[in-house]
Amino acid sequence: MKNKNNLFKQSLATLALATVFSSSAFAGKLVINTDTSDPAPKKAFEDVIAGFEAENPDVQVTLNLFDHEGYKTSIRNFLTADAPDLATWYAGNRMLPYVNAGLFESVDDVWENNGLNKSLASAAASMTIDDKKWGVPYTYYQWGVYYRKDLFAANNIAVPTNWAEFKAAGATLKAAGITPITIGTKYLWTAAGVFDYLNLRTNGYDFHMALTKGEVSWTDERVVKTMNNWKELVDAGFFLDNHAAYSWQEALAPMVQGKAAMYVMGNFAVAPLRDAGLTKDQLGFFQFPEITPGIEMAEDAPTDTLHIPANAKNKVDAKKFLAYLARADVQTQMNETLGQLPINSASVAGDDEFLQAGFKMLSNTSQVAQFFDRDAPAEMAKAGMEGFQEFMVKPERLATILKRLEKVRNRVYK
Amino acid sequence: MRAFWKANQLKLAPWLFLAPGIFMFVLYVILPVFQSLDISFYAWDGLGEKEYVGMANYVELMDDEAFYTALQNNIIWLVLYMLAVPAGLFVALFLNQTVRGIRIYKSLFFFPFVISQVVVGLVFSWFYDPTNGLMNVLLNAIGFDSIAVLADERFVTYGIIVAGLWPQTAYCMILYLTGLNSVDPEQIEAGRLDNAKGWRMLWYIILPQLRPATFIAVVVTVIGALRSFDLISIMTSGGPWGSSRVLAYYMYEQAFSEYGFRMGYGAAIAVVLFFIMMIYIAGFLYKMYRDEKGH
Repeated sequence: MKNKNNLFKQSLATLALATVFSSSAFAGKLVINTDTSDPAPKKAFEDVIAGFEAENPDVQVTLNLFDHEGYKTSIRNFLTADAPDLATWYAGNRMLPYVNAGLFESVDDVWENNGLNKSLASAAASMTIDDKKWGVPYTYYQWGVYYRKDLFAANNIAVPTNWAEFKAAGATLKAAGITPITIGTKYLWTAAGVFDYLNLRTNGYDFHMALTKGEVSWTDERVVKTMNNWKELVDAGFFLDNHAAYSWQEALAPMVQGKAAMYVMGNFAVAPLRDAGLTKDQLGFFQFPEITPGIEMAEDAPTDTLHIPANAKNKVDAKKFLAYLARADVQTQMNETLGQLPINSASVAGDDEFLQAGFKMLSNTSQVAQFFDRDAPAEMAKAGMEGFQEFMVKPERLATILKRLEKVRNRVYK
Repeated sequence: MRAFWKANQLKLAPWLFLAPGIFMFVLYVILPVFQSLDISFYAWDGLGEKEYVGMANYVELMDDEAFYTALQNNIIWLVLYMLAVPAGLFVALFLNQTVRGIRIYKSLFFFPFVISQVVVGLVFSWFYDPTNGLMNVLLNAIGFDSIAVLADERFVTYGIIVAGLWPQTAYCMILYLTGLNSVDPEQIEAGRLDNAKGWRMLWYIILPQLRPATFIAVVVTVIGALRSFDLISIMTSGGPWGSSRVLAYYMYEQAFSEYGFRMGYGAAIAVVLFFIMMIYIAGFLYKMYRDEKGH
């Protein structure tokens, strides 16, 4: 009995010691929190960490995986209470609350010392707040129109490049009993993708950014113009019926079944569409067509990023990791696994046809928006997306909706 | 010390036994109530500095359409959820018989209350699904158009309430079943002699004896209606465009959801919800007080 008791005490002591060791990070221990719970992003991160550890044998990395949705609320807790050394997040206005609250560390020196101002130039603007860089971007992906090639061919439709062609294509599909565009707006953000493109094409990038920054009134006639273009599509029955009842994944089904022909989406839709059985000859991609002639074709391309929390314990190795993550070869390999596009200009995009199409499209523009809910502050984004959803079902309420959004704008941006 | 204890033992003992409960209640209920009240006077994102804004959150609330939609939905919930009480009573009367296998039937009727609200929500979302849902398949079969219950602002709240009534009815049923066990057979016998049958028997003989069960059933149903949060979150996330929100969900959305983190505004909603509940709680306490005094 006595022996047993001793053993118990001993193991308790070891346990206590172990917790002390694991919670206080010594030099050489690096803790990374990520929201990469899906299989591909998870593997991509594990590979990067393995590569980093191979090059820096003295550093031991701990990866804490969070559920993708849960992460959005957890991050607020762990940034203040028990900060890791690195944490994933998003570019643009989405990181503003944490920068303002002093929870992210500025990483200008990492950019400076590793020549990132040049190699990551395309994402520099979206990482900058108050003339300082707040993290390192490692991947992004294009948005655009994914469509059923075979349905287009069967109805003799060429890929539309302007607004008239786009509407004509939809009318032909509609006449053939096919829903032109599938969408599921239950979780709202899908509608924001459509709004982004309509507004970027109708009024251009500068106007869109001014609007999401709160510098333009929502009742401005240019916004009304965008919404009227949208109304044309809604009135012509372009969008899937009852879309407010579906999530974006549920809205994939009509497209797979051949009941719908197009989806305004991000590149992450390709994987599930392929898994559902769409072949190379069935699934295609095109750039959202031109609406106002002569306006530069800006794109939505959300960027995912890695940050050092201000309360991190091992900032030295964290900065080393950021420098590693920014390297061309690392980004090439990582995005190969992710099925997305690398930021580093010396990296090579994977030879998947959609990646190549996206890469080409994004190389042709310097005007890259993040996405409505990353460009606009959270409150404005929420109100806006709810308004878009309502508008897509009740377009006759346009004036009321815009007035409501203007009220929110006046409160949010002070 | 010992003498003091001897002298006051009878007075002190109940407080000693109550102490752990009182401590928890103060820590987790009473203090947060006042904290919420305090936070509701600030603009705060939960991270940065709190900024005192006085009554601004309440002023904004009074001018917020979403607040009135949520309030209206709360009232609809409270009224329609009461259907669970009579529904539970009739299921209980129906099951209150001795036939072979009655226990199996009873447990089947009680089943929806045992499973999680999340599962109930999912089951009903599939039931209402506009393309493949059972409801619309049936509607189409008899020649009606599909109704997207959860995507239509006119039906969505009622659709969720129906889903909520399913487990709530089961709950009330169990309460009544236990109540029926203690109904005095002699009184029924006496009623029979006086020629009471059917509705009259139910109304004048059975129901008065079920009063305690009815009271509890009403109480738990009101509470159930006021915390109708999980079903809304699972089935619609408050949508379409916020038309199925209730106050509790709106508060959660403003304070803790992905696009929220307006702690002050959320707290203001919580305070309003608290005062609405206070009306009910006060009535409840008054009745308890009166009943205890009466006996």
